[in-house]
Amino acid sequence: MSFLEMLYFIIPSAILYATPLIFTAIGGVFSERSGVVNIGLEGLMIVGAFVGIFVNLEFASSLGAATVWVAMLAAVVIGAIFSLFHAVASISFRADQTVSGVAINLLGLAATVFLVKMIYDKGQTDMIDQPIRRFGIPYLEDIPFFGRLLFHDVYSTSILAFAVAFGAWFIIYKTPFGLRLRAVGEHPMAADTMGINVNKMRYIAVMISGALGGLGGAVYAQTITHDFSHATIAGQGFMAIAAMIFGKWHPIGALGAALFFGLAQTLSIAGNQIPLIENVPAVYLQILPYVLTILALAGFIGKANAPKASGQPYIKGKR
Amino acid sequence: MSNRVINLLVPIISIIIGLIVGAIVMVVSGYDPVQGYIALWTGIFGDSYSIGNTIRQITPYILAGLAVAFAFRTGLFNIGVEGQLILGWLAAAWVGYAFELPKVIHLPLALLAAAAAGAFWAFIAGFLKAKFKVHEVIATIMLNYTALYIANAVIKKLSDGSFKTERIHESASLRSPFLRELTDNSSLHYGIIVALLMVVVMWFILEKTTRGYELKAVGFNKNAADYAGMSVNKNIILAMTISGMFAGLGGAMEALGTFQNASIKPGFTGIGFDGIAVALLGANTPLGVVFGASLFGSLKYGALNMPNAAGIPEEIVSIIIALIIFFVASGYIIRVGLQKLSKKKEGQ
Repeated sequence: MSFLEMLYFIIPSAILYATPLIFTAIGGVFSERSGVVNIGLEGLMIVGAFVGIFVNLEFASSLGAATVWVAMLAAVVIGAIFSLFHAVASISFRADQTVSGVAINLLGLAATVFLVKMIYDKGQTDMIDQPIRRFGIPYLEDIPFFGRLLFHDVYSTSILAFAVAFGAWFIIYKTPFGLRLRAVGEHPMAADTMGINVNKMRYIAVMISGALGGLGGAVYAQTITHDFSHATIAGQGFMAIAAMIFGKWHPIGALGAALFFGLAQTLSIAGNQIPLIENVPAVYLQILPYVLTILALAGFIGKANAPKASGQPYIKGKR
Repeated sequence: MSNRVINLLVPIISIIIGLIVGAIVMVVSGYDPVQGYIALWTGIFGDSYSIGNTIRQITPYILAGLAVAFAFRTGLFNIGVEGQLILGWLAAAWVGYAFELPKVIHLPLALLAAAAAGAFWAFIAGFLKAKFKVHEVIATIMLNYTALYIANAVIKKLSDGSFKTERIHESASLRSPFLRELTDNSSLHYGIIVALLMVVVMWFILEKTTRGYELKAVGFNKNAADYAGMSVNKNIILAMTISGMFAGLGGAMEALGTFQNASIKPGFTGIGFDGIAVALLGANTPLGVVFGASLFGSLKYGALNMPNAAGIPEEIVSIIIALIIFFVASGYIIRVGLQKLSKKKEGQ
């Protein structure tokens, strides 16, 4: 493989692996910006992946090319509904947000595997016939070098992910809603004094994280695994949390971190075919995202500050 | 109702609600919950073989629960039990097959290696928290994945590309012909004694030593402990390390007792995460952990009987466990409900 061919292989693949992380990590940004820690992103992705595959398998014959979009929409809705478990427990019932998130992860996995066994009578679904397909963008793909690199093997979901990232940046930093969201996450009592309904804002934020986490899962299942089993989502949710932290709780930062982690995932999966790194044991690349996150938090890679009220339930009248 | 009664009622009510919701899920999915729970019950207590295996399943849960509970008591949340357990498993298996020693030395050495491996992995998180203010929840989650991938890579290396290590020598094994015979050839092993011993160790450290008092004090109020002249940072590191030691021993139970080797894992064992539930149910006390572990160990092992005996996927039990965690975590709402209930009664 020449260096150029190598790039043509690695970069599109890195974007492919990054896409689900981008959605999910930005969901995490919304939740944590409002002051609710969401360890449950993994569980939300699992639910999204299941819903995506289920809808795809059941409706592919009648919906045709629209199947994947309907499947993703269903995953968004179910993900948002499922995240209500976390919202109710951690916002209204004042549960420890970390414990509630752990429960979301356990429940997501158990419930979906239960449903798969109930519906299909086996532990793993069939492969879908209508995965999300890549395509080349006319004219742009003819640009020398960059065309082949960025516009030849494109997934529409990747374009959507970039749009969501910039959209999230706009919403969080340029709109009144975003200002309230951040206020609630930094100083809920001050926000309450200004007439912002803290709990309502947090419910909305957690549901956004559920919707985007579900979308991330559905995208992962429909572009990469093409089926659903207990091992379909194995750590991508936590990698999304890592991307969120590495990106310093900022949508564009999360986008960048997700792209970088996508690259690490590509190299760890296909590393043995790539010259230069074929002799690097895959394990180093597998642990890279997690180690980098720890280093980022330790302050070795710039300071990473979480929203101040993150993790604390807001109790009116208590100071 | 006194606070004490309420503290006891919250987990019990959570378990009952969990089981009821589990029954509802079974009905809605077209299964017979009575058949399901009978299958679960016989899976746990059906005969001496089942009972033996149930106790075997409880063993690592006790240690995982102790690990989480010990950290909780000192104000820390160790989600990294899973990773510490995996490394303890690997260390015990390696010492178990790589050395040839008399049993009195070999078995304790293998257990020690597991405890040390778990303790080291947790120490990293404690150190990062004390020195760099890295939140232990995130650090331990990230360390879980690092541990999983590192353990898999090491096993592959040790076994020359195979998926599991060599079998451990008899001199490092926790297996016991006596216990096996007693329970109709189940895989019950001496690990349960180690686990119960550790329950006493945790109680002793927390209740009978000055260091334990300091650890608890830091957990209650960091600033007060600091003002009283205790080194908060040192205690955070020590608490995590001890917690990881329990977790590592949990891995040794699997390596030296149940499986007799270490194998490459496609994903987490789940024992570490269920340990959170065990600790929560046990109100983070050593004795409570034994009860919590008994419940979850029984449910997990008994569930294996459900597909055969009642045609119900065993994941129903995982759903119930997740729900129990939800309700225990949401204890606040149950407390409010109980207090309202008792006030009404007083009013009558």
